[in-house]
Amino acid sequence: MTTAALKISDLNVSYQQEGRWFDALRGVSLQIAPGQTYGLVGESGSGKSTLALSVIRFLSENGRVRSGKIELAGRDVMSLTDAELREFWRKCVKLVPQNPLPSLNPSLRIGRQLREAIYPPLNAAGANLKVLELLESVGMADPKRIARAYPHQLSGGMQQRVVIAMALASEPDLLILDEPTTNLDVTTEATILDLIRDLIKDRNTAVLYVSHSLGVVAQICDRVAVLYGGELVEDADVLKLYRKPLHPYTQGLLDSVPRIGQDKTKLQLRPIPGQIPGAELPSGCIFAPRCPLAIEICRSERPKLELPWAGRRVRCHRWQEIADNQADPRQPLKFVTASEVPNAEVETVLKLSEVKKRFAVQRSLSQVLRQEAAKQVRAVDGIDLSIGRGKTLGLVGESGSGKSTLARCIVGLVPRSEGDISLLDIPLARTLSARDKTVLRSLQMVLQSPDEALNPYLRVDQTLRRPLQRLAGLKRQELDQAVVNLLKAVKLSPSYAERLPGQLSGGEKQRVSIARAFASQPDLLLFDESVSALDVSVQAAIVNLLSELQQEHQSSYLFISHDLSVVSYLADEIAVMYLGVITEIGKTQDVLKPPYHPYTEALLSAIPLIDPEAAQEHIRLVGEVPSPVNLPTGCRFHTRCPRFLGKICGTTEPPWQEDESGKRINCHIPLSELKTLQKQAFNFDHEEV
Amino acid sequence: MAKFILRRLGFLLLTLLLTSVIIFLITQLLPGDVARIILGREASEVALQNLRRELGLDRPLLLQYLTWLGNFLSGNWGISFSTGQAIRPFVLERLGNSLMLAELTLLIAVPLSIALGVLGALNEEKLLDNIISVVSLAVVGLPEFVTGLVLIQIFSFRLNVLPASSSIRPGTGFFEALPMLILPAITATLVLLAYIARMTRASVIEELKKPYVRTASLKGLLPRQVIWGHVLRNALLPTITVVAISFGWLISGLIVVENVFNYPGIGRLLTFAIDRRDLPLLQAITLVAVLGFALANLAADLLYAYLNPRIRFD
Ligand code: SF4
Ligand code: SF4
Repeated sequence: MTTAALKISDLNVSYQQEGRWFDALRGVSLQIAPGQTYGLVGESGSGKSTLALSVIRFLSENGRVRSGKIELAGRDVMSLTDAELREFWRKCVKLVPQNPLPSLNPSLRIGRQLREAIYPPLNAAGANLKVLELLESVGMADPKRIARAYPHQLSGGMQQRVVIAMALASEPDLLILDEPTTNLDVTTEATILDLIRDLIKDRNTAVLYVSHSLGVVAQICDRVAVLYGGELVEDADVLKLYRKPLHPYTQGLLDSVPRIGQDKTKLQLRPIPGQIPGAELPSGCIFAPRCPLAIEICRSERPKLELPWAGRRVRCHRWQEIADNQADPRQPLKFVTASEVPNAEVETVLKLSEVKKRFAVQRSLSQVLRQEAAKQVRAVDGIDLSIGRGKTLGLVGESGSGKSTLARCIVGLVPRSEGDISLLDIPLARTLSARDKTVLRSLQMVLQSPDEALNPYLRVDQTLRRPLQRLAGLKRQELDQAVVNLLKAVKLSPSYAERLPGQLSGGEKQRVSIARAFASQPDLLLFDESVSALDVSVQAAIVNLLSELQQEHQSSYLFISHDLSVVSYLADEIAVMYLGVITEIGKTQDVLKPPYHPYTEALLSAIPLIDPEAAQEHIRLVGEVPSPVNLPTGCRFHTRCPRFLGKICGTTEPPWQEDESGKRINCHIPLSELKTLQKQAFNFDHEEV
Repeated sequence: MAKFILRRLGFLLLTLLLTSVIIFLITQLLPGDVARIILGREASEVALQNLRRELGLDRPLLLQYLTWLGNFLSGNWGISFSTGQAIRPFVLERLGNSLMLAELTLLIAVPLSIALGVLGALNEEKLLDNIISVVSLAVVGLPEFVTGLVLIQIFSFRLNVLPASSSIRPGTGFFEALPMLILPAITATLVLLAYIARMTRASVIEELKKPYVRTASLKGLLPRQVIWGHVLRNALLPTITVVAISFGWLISGLIVVENVFNYPGIGRLLTFAIDRRDLPLLQAITLVAVLGFALANLAADLLYAYLNPRIRFD
C-alpha cells in the first residue's frame, strides 16, 4: 500500500455511563488508501459507528479516545486545534449519515445548504452554478427546482442524494458513508449504491463504508474489515473475505443470512448462538462463548491480530487450521425433516376476496366551500389471496405498496372499506372490537418492534399469562406450567419469566412477543417486519424458530417484509404488491424464476447479494412510487416499468396470466415473451452443506 | 398557505363569538339586578320595571345577546353606568395607552429573554446557565406590586431619575411619555422574562441535539454561524408561540402594574369598572382584551407558518 489516506493505529475508545467506563473500541488499526473503498461491517455494539465518529472527532460528550492515533492525509487528527478542526471538516473529511432528513436543516432551502458546503469557496454566481452542477452529478433531473426546495418536499432517496452531493461539495480526502441506504427501499437502495459507485470511481477519495449489511458491502467495497465487540477480528480484500473467511465470526455472519433460493424445507439457517458481549468481557477471545471452534487456549488467552499473508489480518488462535480446512468454523447445521402435505389436501385458513381500504384525504376549508368531493387514498385496492394450513405467504413490495395496511385490515386494527375476509370459513368483522374471542384467539400479530409491543412494566410471565388466561382459557393452576412451556418453545430458559422487558436483549424481546402470539395457539399469525430490526446473527435464530414453531403447530403465517431473502426462505408462496394491488403471486420457487412480472424482476435485481462475484441483472426503477391519491391509469406500474410496452400499458388494466406452475402475473406482455426477455435473476445452485 | 390563513381566520371568529357569548352570560349571571345596581337600593319597583324595559332586560336572553352583539359590532358600545359617558372613545383611549406600555414591554422583554435563553442553552448546566435560571426564577417569584414598589423606591426616591407615578395625560405621544413608561415596562418585563427565557433555552437545547447541527458543524462553519444560520431559525419557531401566550400574561400583568404606577391604561379601567359594577364597561373591556389576545395568537400562528416551510408548502 502506498501512503494511506487514513491511518488508524491502535485506537482505544471508551464511553462513560453512570460513572463507569465501557470500552467501545479496543486496539483497532486500519488503513485506507486513496481511491479505496473500505467496508466496515459489524452488528450492533461492534463499535463501527464509534470508529467513524472518532475519525471525524465527533464522539458524543461521554466518549473519549483513550489512546491511539488517527492520521488523515498526513495530519494527526487528535491534535488538531479547534480552528484546525473546522478547516479539517471543511476540506478533508465528509460524512454521509444514515438518516438524510434529520441531517438536513428543515427550514433552509437545499441550495443554501449545499452552497455552504462548497470548498474552495466561490463567488455567489459561481457557487450557484456549482450547486446545480452538484445536484446534477447526483442524478437530479431538475436541479433548479431541487435547489429551491426544502428537505421535507423531497423523497427519502432524493434527500440522500442531496446529502451525498453535499459531501462531494469539497474534494474530501476521506468520505465516510455510515449506513447511507439502511432506511431506503431496496429499489432506491440499489440506485443510490449505483450512484455512490459511480461517483467514487473516478475520484481519488478514500471511502469508509460502515454497514451492517454484508450484501451491500459485498457490492460496493474493495476491502472489508469485520468488527466484533469493539475489536477488529478480520480484514481482507472483499473477494478473499467472502470466499474464504478465516475468522469463525465472519463465517457465522455470512452464514446467518439466507441466500435467495435457500429453502426452509431442507436446511435451517445457521445463526450464531448467544449474544454480543456486554460490559463484562470474556478474558480470552471475546468470541469464545459463541464460537464453534473454541478450545482451551481461546478462553484463557486473547488472540492477537495476526497477518497470515500480505493484505490479510485475522484475530483467531486457530486461523491456520481454518485456512488449511482442518477446522470447520461453521456453526453446526440442521437438516429439516419436513413432511410436506400435498397441496390439494390443504385446508384454507385465511381467505381474502376483493379487500379494499380507502382513506379519506382531509379536505381544506376552501375545498369544503367549493364542495369538492374528498379525495381518497386507495391504500389497498382489491386484494384476493388465501393461505393454507401450515403454510406461509410472503408479502413483499416497496413502502407505499399497502402491505402493512392490508395486514392491519386483516387483524382489524383498521376497518377495511370493502371486501370479505374469512378465517377458517368464519367471516371476520371489520374491527377488532366486533370480533369475538375465538377469532382473537386464532389470529395473532407480531410487530416489528417488541419495544412497542411489550409493556415495560410487566414481567415476562405476566405478559404471557394474559393471553393464556383470556384467550386460551387456561385455569390458574395451569398457568405456571404453560408459561414455562411457552418460554421453552421460543428457546428461552424458564428463569426469564421473572424478568422485565428492559432486562432483555432485542432478540430475546422478540422471542417473548412471539411466545405471546403463540400463547393462544392461533391458526394464523401475521408478522409485519418482525425480524427486520434484528442483527443478522440473531435474525437467523428467530427465522429458524418461526419455521420450527410452524412445523410443530401447523399454524399459518402471513409474513410481511421488505427483505426478499428472508421472505424467500420462509415463504411457501410469495405475493408481490405494488400500489395497493398484487402484481404477481405464486409458489416461492416459481416467483424466483422467470417469467417475472417486470416489477418483481426489478425487485430481485435490486437485492444486494452477499457475493461480490454475483453476476446480477442490472435493472433499475426510475423515480418514486407514485402517490396513491392519484393512481396511474392502466397498469399501475407503467410510470416506472423498465419493460413498458406502449400506450396500452397506460390505458388498459393488464390481464392476469397464469403459467404451468400456477404462478399468476398481471401484465400485458405475454408470459412466453417475458420468458425470452428475462434472465434468471440469480444462480440457485449454491453449495448447501 | 391561503387555506391555512382562511382556516385560522375562521377559527379566530369562532373563538371570538364563543367568548362574546360567555362574557354576555357571565354578566347576566352576576349576582344582583342590573337595574337595582344602577338605581340603588332605595329605588321603587315601578322605576326598576321602567329601567328594565328601557334597557331591554325584560326581553328573551337570545334577543338581548343579539342586540348587544349587533350594537357592539356597529360601534355602539353603550353608555357607562358610572360615568354616563359613551364607552367606546373612553376604552379606546385607555387601550392605546396600554398598548404603548405593552409594546415597550415586549420590546425589552422579548430580545432580552431570548438572549438569556440562548446564552443559557449554549452554556447548558454551566455557571452562566445556572445564574440565569436562578435569577430569573427568583424574579418571577416576586409579585408585580413588590418589584414595582422596589423599583420606585430605587429609581424615583433614592436616585430620583424616573417618575414614581405614570399618570400620563390623554394625547401624550410615545416619546414624551417614555420616561413615565420605563418603570412599569420593566416591572412587566420581569413577569415575562423567566418564562420566555426558559422556553427559549429548552427549545435551543432540543435543536442542538438534532443531526442537522452536526451536518452544519461538519461543513466547517464557525460556531456562531452554526447558531445564527442554522439553530436559531428552528429554535425560535416555538418561541413565537411562547411570546404570543405571554401576551396573555402581559394583559393580566398590566392590571397590577398599571395600578401600582397609577397608569391610565385598560387594566386600571378594568379595576375601576369592577369597583363600580359598571357592566357595559366591563363587557367592553373584556371583549377588547380577548380580541387583543386572539389577534396576538393569530399573528403568532401566521408568523410561525410563514417561517416554517413545512407548513408554508403543504
Ligand atoms: S480464538 Fe478461538 S474462540 Fe476465538 S474465534 Fe478463534 S477459535 Fe473461536
Ligand atoms: S402492463 Fe406494461 S407497464 Fe405494466 S408491468 Fe406489464 S409491461 Fe410494464
